[in-house]
Amino acid sequence: MAIDLQMPAMSPTMEEGTLAKWLVKEGDSVSSGDILAEIETDKATMEMEAVDEGTIAKILVAEGTESVAVGTVIAVLAEEGESAEDAAAKGGSTIVDAPASDAPLPQSSPFAGFYVPCSLSPVLGEGREGGSSAATPEIPAGTNLVTMTVREALRDAMAEEMRADERVFVMGEEVAEYQGAYKVTQGLLDEFGDKRVVDTPITEHGFAGLGVGAAMGGLRPIVEFMTFNFAMQAIDHIINSAAKTNYMSGGQMRCPIVFRGPNGAASRVAAQHSQNYASWYGHVPGLKVVAPYSADDAKGLLKSAIRSEDPIIFLDNELLYGRSFGVPEMDDFTVPIGKARVVREGTDVTLVAYSIAVGIALEAADTLAEQGISAEVIDLRTIRPLDRATVLQSLAKTNRLVSVEEGWPQFSVSSEIMAICMEEGFDDLDAPVLRVCDEDVPLPYAENLEKLALIDADCVVKAALKVCYRD
Amino acid sequence: MATSKAASTAKKAPPRRSRKSKTATPVLYDATFDELLEFHRQMLLIRRFEERAGQMYGMGLIGGFCHLYIGQEAVVVGLQTAMQEGDAVITGYRDHGHMLACGIDPKVVMAELTGRAAGISRGKGGSMHMFSVEHGFYGGHGIVAAQVPLGTGLAFSMKYQDKPNVALTYFGDGAANQGQVYESLNMAELWSLPVLFVIENNQYAMGTSVNRASSEDQLYRRGESFRVPGKQVNGMDVLEVRAAGEAAMKDAREGGGPSILEMKTYRYRGHSMSDPAKYRTKDEVKEMRETSDPIDQNATRLLETGKITEDQIKDLDKEIRAIVQEAATFAQESPEPALEELYTDILVEA
Repeated sequence: MAIDLQMPAMSPTMEEGTLAKWLVKEGDSVSSGDILAEIETDKATMEMEAVDEGTIAKILVAEGTESVAVGTVIAVLAEEGESAEDAAAKGGSTIVDAPASDAPLPQSSPFAGFYVPCSLSPVLGEGREGGSSAATPEIPAGTNLVTMTVREALRDAMAEEMRADERVFVMGEEVAEYQGAYKVTQGLLDEFGDKRVVDTPITEHGFAGLGVGAAMGGLRPIVEFMTFNFAMQAIDHIINSAAKTNYMSGGQMRCPIVFRGPNGAASRVAAQHSQNYASWYGHVPGLKVVAPYSADDAKGLLKSAIRSEDPIIFLDNELLYGRSFGVPEMDDFTVPIGKARVVREGTDVTLVAYSIAVGIALEAADTLAEQGISAEVIDLRTIRPLDRATVLQSLAKTNRLVSVEEGWPQFSVSSEIMAICMEEGFDDLDAPVLRVCDEDVPLPYAENLEKLALIDADCVVKAALKVCYRD
Repeated sequence: MATSKAASTAKKAPPRRSRKSKTATPVLYDATFDELLEFHRQMLLIRRFEERAGQMYGMGLIGGFCHLYIGQEAVVVGLQTAMQEGDAVITGYRDHGHMLACGIDPKVVMAELTGRAAGISRGKGGSMHMFSVEHGFYGGHGIVAAQVPLGTGLAFSMKYQDKPNVALTYFGDGAANQGQVYESLNMAELWSLPVLFVIENNQYAMGTSVNRASSEDQLYRRGESFRVPGKQVNGMDVLEVRAAGEAAMKDAREGGGPSILEMKTYRYRGHSMSDPAKYRTKDEVKEMRETSDPIDQNATRLLETGKITEDQIKDLDKEIRAIVQEAATFAQESPEPALEELYTDILVEA
């Protein structure tokens, strides 16, 4: 059968080119790999190689022809045992167009083109059902609460999951013999041994990638970063290797891994060691991002994270490690990922916060109460997927909202909260949504400047009074 | 604040073996006729598949980046015919050959290249991002050298689970200059992981030749600081590759830890389809094709056995072409992914 030789595309964007030169003539026999012609694109001159063996039966486009469209038949090849004349006569296109998918086009949402491209998106349209309440449904009534620090709660969560599942192991710098740079892994080496509590060299890029590979190989790694500031060295593996592989493999290659460590400002450690990465990771489809405030949430969420089939960014906060909270005394206490918690009910204004900012919002709510303003405080707990329903339900009740975040303001989690309130809660708003964030500067070292740069309860009170038109 | 018990369970320093790199006298694998024929079949399948992929790219049926393996076939065939059940393969973006040598159906690979629903990643990965858990193929990774720590992690999981397996971790001469490679070599030797680092030195990192980019261009020596032994191998000779690969894999399986095999090979085509390859002369490529082609060399060996004729080898080629043609037709006729696929597989537990 005659084979059409077509004008080839030499790059992802090429639509046409110049057939600069033929290196064969009619009657020449060619075999695969032989160079047939030179094609000029806007970028370069490329060689066109033969794929099939045969004889050049006819050249249809002369050399020097410009603007030859990709796919144009430029010559016909006669296969072995076929006459050149027959081949030249029979040549015809063999390109088969892609059959279009039968599925109907996605229906446009009323706001298509503004934000979410189509209503198939699972993000929008969840409605306001399913929000959480202050009663924290994860804990049965009458459960005894044990007071413990966030540090101990995180350690217990890892220990319990390691007891339950042989595949779970923890690796990172100083996690084993040193007992954790912040003592979060204290005692784990004694109980589980050095096979499952692994001290790594100082090599974040390498051990993050190694952890992802181990997860692909069937294990359930907990990779501890001494702080998330150092995870910037590893961010390619977190995003490109861990977050995207399930999608790119059509659901074959899972990556059940937890990356955890302290995040956000600590105390006087200055710009390179004081950064909140919640919005960085919150930006990435394929990741789940968790940032608890209290010890009970830290424990319940970390246990859920370790069991998850998806890659999890678990953001601790160094300043919270030593704080104590009541943790339910239960055999297997977990908190679902993706659910916010109303930590204080109120009617006049909603304060949305996560991680250390929840404490600041609660402190502000006390002050506001003294001034006769009832503030509702929501702890997001999970940054991605974000519990929009709980935020919007609260907004529908209070009609005023302030987002509180220990992090920079631009492109922050607060920016996202504000966007949600505008897109989906516009009719409930009695005032613009405000955000209380750190100053938009690298965190300074000097005590007075650091204090000035970070959020505090006073800023939150001011913002709440403003949205209540009481300033 | 290590307790005494912790101290007693502390990892012992690995034994300080002599782990010198070497350029040993080449050893050829003693192949049976059937094995030679199988090597031939597999190398030819990759060659013809890649030629067809290149043609289909030219026809606009394959988009994006497309990196062909033509010229390097002996490397994957020599190594992967020595694999055992449960071994893993991981590589970069020039991955079509590795997949075919894993025994993955050419149809689903080609259908991924054309971005169709029947593709191995359901059309969502493309040429550089393909995986098959079933065949122990862990990708297909688009970021230069990212597969090196990932492969080291696969080896970690094998050792953790006491499996007698090896993780074949391929990377190119360009990737060999990435920092994460050395982080991986360090941990692999420190923890004695069963990983075989295969440097496919095809002599050009995109358009930059090895000696323009590497202060030490003898890449098999790159593990010396980490006590990871290396060996340089003629990657154009499938029998030399097989012999070196088998020995290194055996060592890793028996707890000998990682090693490096530098495969001196050559790609005939540009870095990707849109590379005019002006950084080397036509004569250089021509000479490699004429004097070192892995498939021609193997054909000569086959004929020397006297058990096969030139016509029979030609028939085998026709058989392979038919398989590739079938894959190409399948890849063109399969439908594009359903639009709902846009939102699936982002998370396992949405």
